[in-house]
Amino acid sequence: MMKPMMAVAATLALVATQVSAQNLTMAVGAPVTSLDPHYHQLSPNNAAADMIFDRLVDTDVRSRNIPGLALTWTAIEPTVWEFKLRPNVRFHNGNAFTAEDVAFTIARLPNVPNSPSSFAIYSRPITAVEIVDPLTIRFRTATPYPLLPLDMTNVRILNRATHERSTTEDFNAGRAAIGTGPYRVVSHRIGDRIELERNDAFWGERPAYGRVNYRMITNDAARTAALLAGDVDVIDQVPTSDLARLRTDPRVTLSEIVGLRLIFLGLDHLRAADANSPFITDNNGQPLGRNPLQDVRVRRALSIAIDRRAIVDRVMEGAAIPASQFLPEGTYSHVPDLPAPGYDPDAARRLLAEAGYPQGFRITLAGPNDRYINDARIIQAVGQMWTRIGVRTAVEAQPWTTFVARAGRAEFSAHLIGWGSNPDGSHPLRNILATANRDRGWGSSNRGRYSNPRLDELLLRSLSELDDTRREQLLIEAQRMAADDVAVIPLHIQTNIWASRRGIVITARASELTLAQDVRPATAR
Amino acid sequence: MSLYLLRRLIQALGVMAIMSLIVFLGVFAIGDPVEMLISPDADQIERERAVIALGLDKPIWQQYLIFLGNALRGDLGRSFVFNEPALQLILSRMPATLELAFGATIMAIIIGLPLGLYAGLRPNGSLSKAIMAISILGFSLPTFWVGLMLIMVFAVQLGWLPSTGRGETAMLFGLRWSFLTQDGLAHLIMPATNLALFKISLVIRLTRAGVRETMLMDYVKFARAKGLSPSRVTFVHVFKNILIPVVTVVGLELGSTIAFSVVTESIFAWPGMGKLIIDSINVLDRPVIVAYLMVIVFMFIMINLIVDLTYSVLDPRVRLESKG
Repeated sequence: MMKPMMAVAATLALVATQVSAQNLTMAVGAPVTSLDPHYHQLSPNNAAADMIFDRLVDTDVRSRNIPGLALTWTAIEPTVWEFKLRPNVRFHNGNAFTAEDVAFTIARLPNVPNSPSSFAIYSRPITAVEIVDPLTIRFRTATPYPLLPLDMTNVRILNRATHERSTTEDFNAGRAAIGTGPYRVVSHRIGDRIELERNDAFWGERPAYGRVNYRMITNDAARTAALLAGDVDVIDQVPTSDLARLRTDPRVTLSEIVGLRLIFLGLDHLRAADANSPFITDNNGQPLGRNPLQDVRVRRALSIAIDRRAIVDRVMEGAAIPASQFLPEGTYSHVPDLPAPGYDPDAARRLLAEAGYPQGFRITLAGPNDRYINDARIIQAVGQMWTRIGVRTAVEAQPWTTFVARAGRAEFSAHLIGWGSNPDGSHPLRNILATANRDRGWGSSNRGRYSNPRLDELLLRSLSELDDTRREQLLIEAQRMAADDVAVIPLHIQTNIWASRRGIVITARASELTLAQDVRPATAR
Repeated sequence: MSLYLLRRLIQALGVMAIMSLIVFLGVFAIGDPVEMLISPDADQIERERAVIALGLDKPIWQQYLIFLGNALRGDLGRSFVFNEPALQLILSRMPATLELAFGATIMAIIIGLPLGLYAGLRPNGSLSKAIMAISILGFSLPTFWVGLMLIMVFAVQLGWLPSTGRGETAMLFGLRWSFLTQDGLAHLIMPATNLALFKISLVIRLTRAGVRETMLMDYVKFARAKGLSPSRVTFVHVFKNILIPVVTVVGLELGSTIAFSVVTESIFAWPGMGKLIIDSINVLDRPVIVAYLMVIVFMFIMINLIVDLTYSVLDPRVRLESKG
């Protein structure tokens, strides 16, 4: 009974290799939850959407803006952006793409029912949309708004004639998943796989593979095994524990790029200098009567007590770079001459003594254990390093579901968290470092409640500065200020890693997105 | 009989009503779905909009009443994550899980019963001892480890079987099934074996214990004294009598395999209900979690009912009485 079955399986595997020149099977670690490009702002969904749809402003592998469905964009007045659209573009069903479709898309963003995380934040700054001619569109904003092109890298364009009445279910069923992108949807099974077919009428570079099976294998070990077994050609989110072995495996090619996700420690800035922070006590476990984290010397001591190199080499298996700021080198508004803080436990002890804690204190460092790569092991390592300078650290790792709710209520004294930035300093500044303010929409992820009026002022100026060079200077100044003040303790920026079978390569993307059009046979090019 | 069934159904409704309350309160106690689902760079206004869109701005009792009202109309809510009806989502995953669970159960019966019978009839044979020793392994090895080992050996090293996924499917009754295609069957072997290992061991041990006990019974001795052939004694007098505990356990095991084969489905990327529930728990997709548990409770009630009905077939002394 078993033997013939295996023979059949072996035959099928053989057939699969023979046709693989045209077919590609990819396995991703995070499930795509919907093919509606405006339903849920979530990386895996955006990756799926970027294979099917296009954006006005596209992004290259380093996440820099490049022309997409728009050829050029300029601020013709301080509050008016004009986009010139690409001519002769057609949707998968043959409809022509025009400015009308852009206007329709912008109007749809805030009107997708039941959206758990909508794209309305990208349409809200736009007060009016004007169609000048079929290939020219203008967006009016209330105030000068330099981030509009960046916002447009998040908006996938739909077709008015096709999608006027489409629901999220229509997209999920594949009926409405019709875009202008390099692939069209053949079938979709939620949480399992998407089958795609090359769009031969695509306006851009022709993808290498005619048919793509985009599978979701969430278990890390199973994903690696599927690659080694030859069942899939490409996997993403390669587990760091497998890296050493895969690097020496001749059957496998790795593609790596420094990403945009910083792992850092948030500190309690909410409790005043003379108040107790919830997870800090003196060495006898008694309340301290003050919050040592309000003293910049203590924050700096905690930062230089961390051996970032050791964490990167031993915990992360080299899949990260030590960091001092949110954005990696080569990204717009990266702060030059700001290397990762060096490891100096002696200086850290001196700083603690200067700040009035020669014997240190006790602290609990919280973090998730199922969210970021090796998250729980990182906080254990940091805990040991802090204990070495006299700050006796207990570590509390917990599931993300409970952790994130508590961190949002600022319940911790110190916590580990990550942030995937857009390639623009205003993004982390606005969300993590700016003073929380509902009207401005600032600080919604500022879980340490850091507040620095001078930083806020610089950010505010940058947000109405349309000159990219002057804007970059403002953002750099604000980020340097945050680094000097040790607003948060940056640890490392993750490296994004893909693995493919030998003979196949995938271009690594800083944005972490896994796209079929990035894969090609190794011999081509 | 029909009165008995009616009573059981009313009981079932009561159980489900109580379950719904417990599940709803329990799910409500963990985490904040909006924090889980919202894009990290969403601002405060967007967060408030999401809370309202998901219906989480209302007090819990009101949310529960809305849920109950909809549930009575057969609507168990909409998934936060997929924006699809939760019940439909679960049912669409059911065939994958059912074929896995039945595959494993059938393997358990086909392999477990004969081996258990043999071990019971020849308790001191060396083969019997080997069977019993191996069955201990089946009990004690963790499923995730065995699953990964199966993949490493049969998919990665030997390349005989596909490592993950469901393979090709064919339509039957408007649903997709893997066991109807050769490719699908090849995909089914490893996950089903992984699930079956524990069950095979269980059936072996139950059968063996049952046989050893029954062999000493007076009616068996009498049958032998009467000069009946050994095979008739074994298969009619012994076998029928050991089936009651085996049926009970296999029934419950089938239920828990359908409901909670989470580990196996995750490792083999088998797109069934177990994978759905663990993914839903990870992102706090409350409507799916609640709907799933309701479906599972209903299923267990049904399985218990079928098990009770089977008793009455196997053992005429068991009567399904309305006072019962």
